[in-house]
Amino acid sequence: MNALEVAASVRAGATTAVEVVAECLERVATRNAELNVFIHLDAEGALASAARVDERVAAGASLPLAGVPVALKDNLCVRGQPTTAGSRILAGWRPPYDATVVGRLAGAGAVALGKANMDEFAMGSSTETSAYGPTRNPLDPTRVPGGSSGGSAAAVAAGMVPVALGSDTGGSIRQPAALCGLVGVKPTYGLVSRYGLIAFASSLDQIGPFAHTVAEAALVLEVIAGHDPLDTTSLPEPAPELSSHLDDGVAGRRVGLVRELVEGADPEVLDAVRRAAETLTRAGATVEEVSIPEIKLGLSAYYLIAPAEASSNLARYDGVRYGLRVDGPDVEAMNVATRTVGFGDEVKRRIMLGTYALSAGYYDAYYGQALKVRTRMIEAFARAYARVDTLLGATAPSVAFALGAKTQDPLAMYLSDVFTIPTNLAGEAAVSVPFGAGEGGLPIGVQLLGPARSEARLLAAARVLEAEGGR
Amino acid sequence: MERLSRAEVAKVARLARIALDDVELERFTDQLAQVLEHARDLEALDLAGVAPTAHPHGLINVVRDDEVRASLDRAEVLAQAPDVVEDRFAVPRIIGEAP
Amino acid sequence: MSLPEGWEMVVGLEVHTELRTATKLFCGCANAFGAEPNTQTCPVCLGLPGSLPVLNRRAVELAMAIGLALHATVSPSTFHRKNYFYPDMPKDFQISQYDRPINAGGHLDLPDGSRVGIERAHLEEDTGKSTHLGGTGRIHGAERSLVDYNRAGVPLVEIVSAPDLRSSAQARAYAAELRGILMATGASDGRMEEGSMRIDANVSVHRVGEPFATRCELKNLNSLRSLQRAIDYEADRQYALVASGGVVRQETRHWDEDRGVTSTMRVKEEADDYRYFQEPDLVELDPAPAWVEAVRAGLGPMPAERRARLAALLGTPSPAQFDAVETVVDLGVDDHVDAAIAAGVEPDRAIARAANELAGDPHERAGLTPGAFAATLRLEQSGDLSATQAKTVLATLALSGGDPAAVARELGFERMASGELESLVDRLIAEHPEEWGRYREGDDKLAQFFTGQVMRATRGQADGKAVVEVLRARRG
Ligand SMILES: [Mg+2]
Ligand SMILES: [Zn+2]
Repeated sequence: MNALEVAASVRAGATTAVEVVAECLERVATRNAELNVFIHLDAEGALASAARVDERVAAGASLPLAGVPVALKDNLCVRGQPTTAGSRILAGWRPPYDATVVGRLAGAGAVALGKANMDEFAMGSSTETSAYGPTRNPLDPTRVPGGSSGGSAAAVAAGMVPVALGSDTGGSIRQPAALCGLVGVKPTYGLVSRYGLIAFASSLDQIGPFAHTVAEAALVLEVIAGHDPLDTTSLPEPAPELSSHLDDGVAGRRVGLVRELVEGADPEVLDAVRRAAETLTRAGATVEEVSIPEIKLGLSAYYLIAPAEASSNLARYDGVRYGLRVDGPDVEAMNVATRTVGFGDEVKRRIMLGTYALSAGYYDAYYGQALKVRTRMIEAFARAYARVDTLLGATAPSVAFALGAKTQDPLAMYLSDVFTIPTNLAGEAAVSVPFGAGEGGLPIGVQLLGPARSEARLLAAARVLEAEGGR
Repeated sequence: MERLSRAEVAKVARLARIALDDVELERFTDQLAQVLEHARDLEALDLAGVAPTAHPHGLINVVRDDEVRASLDRAEVLAQAPDVVEDRFAVPRIIGEAP
Repeated sequence: MSLPEGWEMVVGLEVHTELRTATKLFCGCANAFGAEPNTQTCPVCLGLPGSLPVLNRRAVELAMAIGLALHATVSPSTFHRKNYFYPDMPKDFQISQYDRPINAGGHLDLPDGSRVGIERAHLEEDTGKSTHLGGTGRIHGAERSLVDYNRAGVPLVEIVSAPDLRSSAQARAYAAELRGILMATGASDGRMEEGSMRIDANVSVHRVGEPFATRCELKNLNSLRSLQRAIDYEADRQYALVASGGVVRQETRHWDEDRGVTSTMRVKEEADDYRYFQEPDLVELDPAPAWVEAVRAGLGPMPAERRARLAALLGTPSPAQFDAVETVVDLGVDDHVDAAIAAGVEPDRAIARAANELAGDPHERAGLTPGAFAATLRLEQSGDLSATQAKTVLATLALSGGDPAAVARELGFERMASGELESLVDRLIAEHPEEWGRYREGDDKLAQFFTGQVMRATRGQADGKAVVEVLRARRG
């Protein structure tokens, strides 16, 4: 099921949104118990929304995503619907407002089926830190789907929906896209409004799409992108044109294969990246090997900056206004009890790490130093883009790993984000596109990186790889 | 920097309003120390004179007009609260005034 | 009480003023005092997950206006998060400014000629308000607390003085002058009783010539009077402590207005690690010179300049006249005075009447426009109304507005012909021969007696000055 085909068919009256949604709900019913993809399903609401889409189509509205079912990562606020960010501390919370992207999807005729599982507050790379249990990879249920947007990726990979939204703070769209054999886009920081996205690390978070194909991802991104006055950090410009550039190709483009973005990857992953480079060369690009040593500092900088911002963003979960409250004799005791019970270990680890990095006496050595590394990272990428248009590397060091393989070793888990983090620190764009398979026939993703606002170019390059290496 | 101590982790947990038992304190101290150990690659860098980047893009002066927009319906807001008294959010007694 | 010879106090004030914007600092909720609890809230000012702040342009401009009025430099600035847990703070951090405030380095000149340094004047958001159930209604002893977030996110400017103040009277004069400046910029309504201007005082005492000593911060100073009393009490307390061999501890102290004492609220502790870092949801503020200059151009004259102008109208004002000038400027009723003078009223009368008759809540004298004020004083000056009648007309106009001449007619204030007044005075002289005799012998106090009799007989319609003139004429 392809989003473009669904929308065209609903617009043409060949099928109805209600039929499409009902069919998807059946697929959810078949596999959700096994995979734990949706942690909240709104079947009734989805069918009602679909009926309204059908009415709008009948009234002549031309909706780009007419009747297209979508899964929303559970950190996106939907008015009146449970929104937990995968955390026990928000159990039962129903936001009184919609995230900007949720409104834009609905305006374009998409129908949200419900909320997809995620690592708690998007902190994780395997969707195992969710308070609502792990999500399994539809391609091999003994393995993780990646994370933190693992539920969104799994929903698309399992055929429950054609497209989904996730959020990417350090790779949380691209890595699960790679592990589930999907296209995933981490847009330029500020391209998509964060209003209504439950914050993990504000200066790094971006919302982006999952899809089976580049064209579907491009269409969804066009719908959700563009300036939003409710997000001060949103870029002051309309959504870019992406779909019309998909067939631009890569002829004449200069591509840099980044040594540091394949170092330490499994041989089969390295091999896939090499073959991707050859494919781009055959399509008319010039590929050269480049080195950006600063990339190696990314992991350390990220694991200071993101937890620091998170420690502050998550302070509001104090039991006073919404969500969980565990009572105590006084308000401080109540705060402590609520947070101790409400947060899982990974969230506690990051809150403490971030609190430490910001606290008196350590700020300069840790947080302050990390912000300077960020400057160096941005400068290093700028130097690379002075020579090449696009950078190429691996998305993740390996194919999907087994459930539980890294849960006892936080640092090992953190290392699975090593190739994706630099883009977030730089605020730039990147796409993960499936390219070949590895161990057990599991998909491998390769990553295309570009400067800010380079989405059209990256998607055109991804399309070249898709034509060669896609299914 | 010295290796992270249990006392430091305990202090950070207090600041973050999280309670840790002895076993957790031990485990978190080890895990956080490992992550900070990895971050030592930053410590060694000479970054004097490098400006910090708090934001990826250099947007400035993003402001809105001073125009009133509708507030939320109070009933909807309070429906989410753990405890409400007289249309206010109720909390157990507060010890100490705000700083 | 005052410190003994050779000792002095050092005082610095931190003044928080709410800004008179239509909306809050980071959201479109109304910034209005006194609404039903939790009716002026939205995802942003409730700190709901996923919400983001967007800065209010008007608040920025009022903050710049305050800085410019205080001769500070408007500079590129950033917002920071001040992290600490408190239930009246929805996000459990306050968005404030830290190492790069919007205004830095200014000064304020007091009427006595002394100059007080201004370290900074920065933008930040207000918290919600908690009330305490059980116990005394205060925070201590309360069983639980209730929070209203209507005030959360209201824009504040915090103005930090240098530790340049050396007496409680000077501190009070600074606060009063600052209040006048804040009102003159249009940034604040200056209502301390509603909490729209709140003052914390840092106080220390030391032997003259020695370095500054440890200070204490005083909170809950809700009026200029409590500010002055609290500082005096605290300076005495610290001196007594040091004189008896004790040591002043750095702490925050609460002023108890009823008991007239300060008491320990909290000592500096671990929780004071605020972990400031730049607010990632807001971008830098770097106003172009044209923006700053447009704000500067919109600034009206400040109180010192206004006092000087009004005083000049009086020539060489007496102390009482200068007090009236100060009152006119404090009340912000310069326009009324100007309108009256333009209508031909003598400056002395215009200023005195404005100072005496326009005090109080401006909302409660909305009908008394500068034009109506001027017309009333004009009627008084021409003799159509006596002074007493003029005051009655002003009071009536304040409540219900209208045309002064018509109001005077409705009140039955017909001008008394001079012949009528003379015959009335003659009648009263005849009726009170004993008093008249004493007056004739030079006891001028009896003029008051006769004036009172005339007023009673005319229900206040007569002009007191005219009565005295008739009396003098009869005495010969
Ligand atoms: Mg302050
Ligand atoms: Zn609001």
